Amino acid sequence: MKHAWILSWLLLVTGSVLATTIVVKPGPDALRKAISSARPGDTLAVQPGLYREHSLQVDQRLTILGNGMPVIDAEYKYPGFLITADSVTIQGLQIQHTGRSSISDIAGVRVSNAGYVTLRNNKVLDCTYGIYLQNAQHCQVEGNTVHSGIKNEINGGNGIHAWKCDALQISSNNISGHRDGIYFEFVTNSGIENNLSSTNQRYGLHFMFSHHDTYTKNIFRENGAGVAVMYTREVTMTDNTFIQNWGDASYGLLLKEITDSHITHNRFIKNTIAIHMEGTTRVSVQRNLFQDNGWALRVMASSSGSQFTGNNFIGNSFDVATNGTLMLNEFHRNYWDKYDGYDLNRDQVGDVPHYPVSVYAVISEKIPSAMILYRSFLTSIMEQVEKVMPSIIPDQLKDDQPFMKKLEL
Amino acid sequence: MKTIIKYVLIDLLKNRTILIYTLVLAVLTISVTGMSDNMSKGMLSLLNITLLFVPIISILFATIYFFNSAEFTELLLAQPIRRKSMLLASYTGIATALGLAYLAGVGVTVCILYNSLAAIALVVGGVLLTLIFSALALLIFVVFKDKTRGIGAAIITALFFTLLFDGLLLAFIYSFSDYPIDEPLLAFISLNPVDLARILVLLQLDAAVMMGYSGALFKKFMGSATGSIYTAVCMLCWMVIPLILAVRVFRKKDI
Amino acid sequence: MIRIHHLTKSFKKFRALDDINLQLERGQAVSLLGPNGSGKTTLIKSILGLVIPEKGSIHINGQEIRSHWSYRSKIGYMPQIGRYPENMTIRQVLAMLREVRKDCRQYDEELIRQFDLPAIDHKLMRNLSGGTRQKVSACLAFLFSPDILILDEPTAGLDPLASEILKDKIARERANGKLVLITSHVLSDLEDITSHVVYLQEGKLICFKTVDELKESTGQHQLNKVIAAMMQTHLHENNY
Repeated sequence: MKHAWILSWLLLVTGSVLATTIVVKPGPDALRKAISSARPGDTLAVQPGLYREHSLQVDQRLTILGNGMPVIDAEYKYPGFLITADSVTIQGLQIQHTGRSSISDIAGVRVSNAGYVTLRNNKVLDCTYGIYLQNAQHCQVEGNTVHSGIKNEINGGNGIHAWKCDALQISSNNISGHRDGIYFEFVTNSGIENNLSSTNQRYGLHFMFSHHDTYTKNIFRENGAGVAVMYTREVTMTDNTFIQNWGDASYGLLLKEITDSHITHNRFIKNTIAIHMEGTTRVSVQRNLFQDNGWALRVMASSSGSQFTGNNFIGNSFDVATNGTLMLNEFHRNYWDKYDGYDLNRDQVGDVPHYPVSVYAVISEKIPSAMILYRSFLTSIMEQVEKVMPSIIPDQLKDDQPFMKKLEL
Repeated sequence: MKTIIKYVLIDLLKNRTILIYTLVLAVLTISVTGMSDNMSKGMLSLLNITLLFVPIISILFATIYFFNSAEFTELLLAQPIRRKSMLLASYTGIATALGLAYLAGVGVTVCILYNSLAAIALVVGGVLLTLIFSALALLIFVVFKDKTRGIGAAIITALFFTLLFDGLLLAFIYSFSDYPIDEPLLAFISLNPVDLARILVLLQLDAAVMMGYSGALFKKFMGSATGSIYTAVCMLCWMVIPLILAVRVFRKKDI
Repeated sequence: MIRIHHLTKSFKKFRALDDINLQLERGQAVSLLGPNGSGKTTLIKSILGLVIPEKGSIHINGQEIRSHWSYRSKIGYMPQIGRYPENMTIRQVLAMLREVRKDCRQYDEELIRQFDLPAIDHKLMRNLSGGTRQKVSACLAFLFSPDILILDEPTAGLDPLASEILKDKIARERANGKLVLITSHVLSDLEDITSHVVYLQEGKLICFKTVDELKESTGQHQLNKVIAAMMQTHLHENNY
């Protein structure tokens, strides 16, 4: 690693000897002229001001540095930057007001068939798509603010959209108000870190067929439908926060056809459904906090081989719901605030198993209309009766070693 | 009529049961609000307390009171006053006393602490339930001659609305789950004032999301302003219709 | 003053009043007698409008009482059992009735004074003995100087002194030209104040006569003996 740094520093130093810095000031087509007149390796120092320019194609290795956040405005008609060369850097620009089109995806910054592109500390405002990476590799998208004020998910595009990419690093971005905050399709071996994705119309994070990706320390807050993860294997999600994804059809995390993945040490707070699992195989859910959710876990019968270990379940309306009678997933050593067993040998583990599925959760899962009786006296009596005489809930669905006290996560 | 209301209130505000009822509600409210760390949970607990206590206490207490004051009612009816005025005046008196007990026990604390739309819905719901179950008690009083039977009927009525009705509803939902039953459900739920009160309050809370999760029609409808008004109107009907029936029966009743 | 015409009332299958015809006038003190379940209370309640007649009519001062309620301002009623709201004081009960009877401005407070109620009028009704409650009932019946007094078992539960006070009051009111209608089991109690006897059995009016006529026809001098004799004859008639 150290060598790599020294190497790149050397490259930079030697490069800068050859390369020149071009100062760009506002004027008719100033940027376009500067880009076309520059030579590979040059740096454009863009001075503050408003640049009414669009469809700027960067087809050679350039570094475009904004000074004092210059504004590039596409006047609600055109796309912003199109990057088709490797190793381009765009930094410190405010790119705004792209056009909208239902035929082509118009983006603030589009990277197409290129590698090693860096997009850093830009503001991408009110663009249909914010940053659009297609067939890109080893790119860094870092510290950008991507915001749009779309009203519905049909007109809008995604904040950071990546298609058929590899080894991306998406970190410390703030994405809001788009259709999907971050959208991945066929993106592999990438890292998503420290991003805040909030108040997007649909999903804060949405990915499909994107294997071997790692999601760490991101916050997904108040998105229309939370986070959806589908048809992917080997996903790692750690230290993320899924919070306030609270709506009629909102998920903290929707997992569909996910295989061999790890969901560790995340916090799920106040989501309608914290984790929904459908057709998943061997997913381990460990050391997460589930607090104040409507449903903490909805595990469909099509899921199998998952392990739920060492999680805290606190203040959820329903801890676990399922639609089948068979349960092929295992629950071990979790803390359930609804557990009312005892611990005679004082080993901090309850002596009788905990059945985390409530009858009413089972019934309302089968027949959603039964939700009309939510919180009625009848349902609480049913819970009590079921505790004494279990008959409806799947009996394999239990935690044999429930913890007596909240776990330190 | 005003005179009778006034004296019924004078009598009831010194009534031990009313005072204890107020006190129990107040203690429950304060402990529940003190224990729950957020408003939503506190409100849910208070909702459950309201749905459980208000119907049964209102109907039982009112029924017993009506039967106990049957002789005094007779004496008053021997005076030159209308039967209707007499009946409605004692109803107003008792419903006011019980309503005030609820307001003092739950309403004040909730409105000061939470002061939200949900809190208002809870207080409105609780007061409406009080009015409704006092009206049902009045109907029981005019229909039954015998106090013991009247009390029996009161208990059954309260039990029916707090528990049995929901059981039947669940059985209905279960048996017809393959059909679109959202609209019939909406109609059925209007037949139970306790469910109406529950939904009126729930839909003002975060918990509403859970009820609407399946995209249920009733949530969309009941959650709207029109829905809230509909709920309130239904509940008012639940108060007015028993009163009208009671007055009708009482007009021809031999005392 | 009170004219009862073919009055009939049944409770389910039980016929409580069977074609009663009666004409009662001012200045009469009528004892309403008969065994339990003979229809005395039903008759009283019919006059008060508490029981709704099945057939027949009742006129008071020439006015049919059905569906009117204002005629009751002329009647003072003392019920058999006086039960009052528990947490009201005697004073409040009296005040309440006064407020209910806003139509009346002239109060007859003689009995209140004689029973010495002002001395205890701060007491709650639930703390009163049955006798004291009877006194309150009696006071209420006379309070608004009604033309007609209907007293259901007025002396039951009263101590002898109070009983005497009440009887004196009844006698005086009768002398003032009022109509007094009394039911009682204790026949000797009514001896001195009764002018007429109405005898009911199984809902039927057996006789309506003055005390003197009765004494003459039965040859007895004491009222209770008169009644006993009458019951006997009646039973006799029934048996054959």
